[in-house]
This record gives sequence, C-alpha cells and structure tokens, in this order.
Amino acid sequence: MSNYYQQLAERVQQRFSTQISATHVEFSELTVELPREHLLSVCSALRDEADFAFEQLIDVCGVDYLDYGNGRWSGPRFAVVYHLLSIKNNHRIRLRTFANNDLPVVDSVINVWNSADWFEREAFDLFGIIFDGHPDLRRILTDYGFIGHPFRKDFPLSGNVEMVYDEEQKRVVYRPVTVEPRTLVPRVIRDDHRYQHLNAEGGE
Amino acid sequence: MSEIRNYTLNFGPQHPAAHGVLRLVLEMDGEIIERADPHIGLLHRATEKLAESKHYIQNLPYMDRLDYVSMMCNEHAYCMAIEKMLGLEVPLRAQYIRVMFDEITRILNHLMWLGAHALDVGAMTVFLYAFREREDLMDCYEAVSGARMHAAYYRPGGVYRDLPAKMPRFKGASKWHDESEIAALNDNRQGSLLDFIEDFTNRFPGYIDEYETLLTDNRIWKQRLVNIGIMTPERAMQMGLTGPMLRGSGIAWDLRKKQPYEVYDKLDFDIPIGTNGDSYDRYLVRIEEMRQSNRIIKQCVAWLRSNSGAVIATDHKVTPPARTEMKKGMESLIHHFKLATEGFSLPEGEAYAAVEHPKGEFGIYLISDGANKPYRMKIRAPGFAHLASLDEMVRGHMLADVVAVIGTQDIVFGEIDR
Repeated sequence: MSNYYQQLAERVQQRFSTQISATHVEFSELTVELPREHLLSVCSALRDEADFAFEQLIDVCGVDYLDYGNGRWSGPRFAVVYHLLSIKNNHRIRLRTFANNDLPVVDSVINVWNSADWFEREAFDLFGIIFDGHPDLRRILTDYGFIGHPFRKDFPLSGNVEMVYDEEQKRVVYRPVTVEPRTLVPRVIRDDHRYQHLNAEGGE
Repeated sequence: MSEIRNYTLNFGPQHPAAHGVLRLVLEMDGEIIERADPHIGLLHRATEKLAESKHYIQNLPYMDRLDYVSMMCNEHAYCMAIEKMLGLEVPLRAQYIRVMFDEITRILNHLMWLGAHALDVGAMTVFLYAFREREDLMDCYEAVSGARMHAAYYRPGGVYRDLPAKMPRFKGASKWHDESEIAALNDNRQGSLLDFIEDFTNRFPGYIDEYETLLTDNRIWKQRLVNIGIMTPERAMQMGLTGPMLRGSGIAWDLRKKQPYEVYDKLDFDIPIGTNGDSYDRYLVRIEEMRQSNRIIKQCVAWLRSNSGAVIATDHKVTPPARTEMKKGMESLIHHFKLATEGFSLPEGEAYAAVEHPKGEFGIYLISDGANKPYRMKIRAPGFAHLASLDEMVRGHMLADVVAVIGTQDIVFGEIDR
C-alpha cells in the first residue's frame, strides 16, 4: 500500500510540478504541500482528472503552529489541511496550505466541493482563518456574539469569560472567568531513540 | 385584503424531534420550506482543544462522549490513529473483539436511530421494541467494561481486558420480581459472555422481522418516507455524505470492504445499497446493515470461542503491564509509573485513521510534535457533513418532512458539536 502511495506521489509531482512545494508519504498517507495561490487550480484538477478523481472532500482542518515543538516552528503560523477521498480509485490525499500570520486568508474551495461550506465555517470560527469566496462565512460552533477564536494556541483553555445568573439584573451576564488555569500532566517532548529513524525521514 | 408573505419559524432547540439541541431556523412559504438554516454548537465542548492539554490515554474516554450512541467505534478510530503512528501491532484476538464490539455498537446505534426515527414519524411501538434489545447489548458493554455506555474499553494496542468467562446475572428477589421471574431473566446468562452474545444473535433476526412487520409495508410509514429527502449519487458525493447516507444513494462504498481494517477482510458480509436515495431507501439500508452486523458477530463469536491469546500488545512503553508483575518487577513498576504520570509520546508526524462508524466515516486526524499530548486533534464527524446537507434535502418539502429528514440523517449532537 505504501508503494502505491509512493507512485501516487510521483504522479502528483509530475502533474503539478510547478504548483506544489512538497510531497511526502508517511504511514501510507500522501501529504502534499502547496502555496495558496495554486490551491483552487490544483483542487479542481484533482477532482476532475480521472487519474486522481477525488470526488469527496472528507475534512477541512485548521491548524495553529504557534507552539509547535515548544517553539521549534519557523514557518507561517496557520495552515489549512484538506483530506480528500476518491471513491472511484479508492485512495486518499492530504493537502496542506499555509496562510499569513496577521490576516490568514485562503481561497474557499466551496465551488469545487460543496461540503466545504460548514468545514470552512468551522475553521473560521475556531481559528479565524478567512476563506476568500465563501458566501456565508458565519460562526458556527461558538455562541452568538462570541469574541476571539478559541482553538488558537494563545486562547486560554478555560476561556476569557464565564456566564452567571445575575440576581440584581435578573438575567444571565458574562463576567471575566474565575477558573484558575492548572496543568495536571506537564507537556514533555522526549527524544525517544526508537523514533529517531522516523524523525530523520518524516520530520518537518 | 390580506397580505401574504414568507415567515420564519424556529424549530428547537427544545423540541422532541430535534434529536438533542438542534436549532433550525426555517423560512417558510405557507407550509413549504424555502430555506433551512441549522444553528449548531449548543453542545460544543471543545473536545479537540481539551485533548491538547491531556495525554493520550486521558483523552480516550472523551471519545465515548462524542457520538454517545456508538461509543466504541469512536474509541476505535482514536486507537487506530495512535497505533498507526507508533507502528503498534494489535493481537489477533483483540482485533476480533474490536470487530465484534464495533458491530454490537452498530446494532445499538441503528436500534436507537430506528426507534427515534419511527417515534418522530408517529410510530410509538418500535421505540419500545428497540430499547428492549438495546438493553441486552448494553449488558454486553457492561460485562466487558463495567459501564453501560461510556465504556473506554479499547486501548491503544488492543482492548482493556479479555472477555469475561461468566455473564453477570440478576440477583435477589424483591417486591417486584419473585424467584421464578429472576430465574427467567437469568435463563440466557448461565454461561459466558460469548454464550450470551450468541444467544442474542440467534434471537435478533426474529426481532428485526418484528420491526419490519411494523414498518416496511406500513402505508403511513411509506407515505412519510418514500421520495422524501432524495439525494442523487452526484450530490451525495459533493456534500461529503458517507455511510448509510451515501449507500442509500446507490454508491457501494464501505470502508470495511474497501479499506479493510482489523479483520474485516477475513469476514463474510454484504453491503446493502439503495436505488432512489430517499429516506425509505436509507431505512432499508440500515435495516439490512443490522442483519449483516448480526452475521459478523456470529463469525466473531465462533472465532473467539476456538482461539485464545493476548488481548493487548506487550510493548509496555505504551500499554500498562499486568498488576501482578507490577507488584514484584522493578521494570514493570517503572513502566506503570511513567504511563500513569506522564503517558507515552508519539513520534513527530501526522496520521489520519478512519473507521466505518454506524453513521459514516468517522476519522481522527492527529498531529504530534513528539510530545505526550496531541498537538492538534481533528475529529471528522460524519453527522457534521450530513447536517450541512439538511438545507438541500428539505427545500420544497413540508414542515412535517423536516422531522422525517432529521430522523433519516441519524443526527446525534455529541459528534456534530464535539
């Protein structure tokens, strides 16, 4: 199976040599990185060409690389990851495109796959990534009138505000959060010798 | 002179047919739906964000609470993603146990769907029947894990423990049940868990016939479902539908067959598909899936009876050692201590693992930077894409059909809101 994805990676590399920046195969999964200028043209080609035939957009995932590897990350902060599935050819592909730090904007793929609608709204809501060309980019999961983008790494886990019932005003009001942030299990990165061969070939 | 204009109607979040906390804003022209705008997020718990602050084993029980009617399948996708990144080999017996419980979970989910769907459309009895069978299956959950719903039974590397040799029984007569009634309840619980499951698989096809007698040729049922919420195969793929929703539109796509995981390639079962892509076809597909799941469970029971072995990998950097070893071995004690305090680390990289969940493709996308906690975990919930297509499915239908379409989509908010 891994062999198959190696071949697919070569085919993708040949077809889009000028439009993509990197391909790699890991755990029998093909990841393609591409600059966002070429996202729409590559996506349309991946959907329409019989060799690829990715009819389904399975998932769109926003990623914030701010704390990656305790500050080892040097690339752009935000990324959008697309998972595609071809029912005809029974294979998958993962696309990753990066967005600017200050105002992350990526072209919307809603006209290539209509299922992108809610997935992109979710990435916008949680990460503040703007999808250019999306007709209805509203918040989807957070509360009406929510401030901030909660899945960004600089957004605290306990949030900024909490809701309480105010006895005097006889209604529910927001107030600054009173929960103390705490860490029960510290986050540690260990240089495990068992995975060094993996890091050597698959590391970013 | 009366003025005629469209009006908007709020459906839910407190509505028995909203399947939890769905708020639908419906734009209506008389009784015809012009536009449906689902407002979700009322059950949003930020599971993905919480996961970033907990180590991999602590995150596992959160998986149960995503789609809270198909608990073990969620755990399965999560464990598979971790195993993929660690290159961890799962013992064969654990694979069979997982497949058996995946299919038990599929039946549990489809029974819940069938009961709720029929109740929404106006048939009360099926709900009661479905819960009678769910009771037996939840007893199976309880027998292996101690919990009836949120089992946390699958672990990276296998399952928590082997199947019990003795099925728990009802105890003690009370005001409500005398000795003979208790004995009758315990009739099929005399042997092991496998005996109990086998007894269930022998009874279950008869129960499905009962549901079908009530519904399949029922005139009211057909009037409410046939030609309601039609999805063409092209649109179904465009909208990212998976699972029974996709198969109802006539596309023979099932991850268990096409990208087999665990031991599905060694088992004999069929994939039902629909022809029209309407709600009635999806009903028939799910009913047939229950029969096929029953077949798979039978094969797993037969295999598990004749083969024994380990149920969890022995790499104690990832799986905890046996308690008896821990009491006397220094190495085991250290392993246990490290796992309990720090957990294990995944190698740097990313992986996506998907299972054929009762509702569709349920996937876990993990990004690890080498730490003992996920850097980012994305849950691909099938219901999210299904609910996104609700607007398209209900346009031009009547208000009452919205309820039928919500039913046919098998909406559960635990997974949609995450």
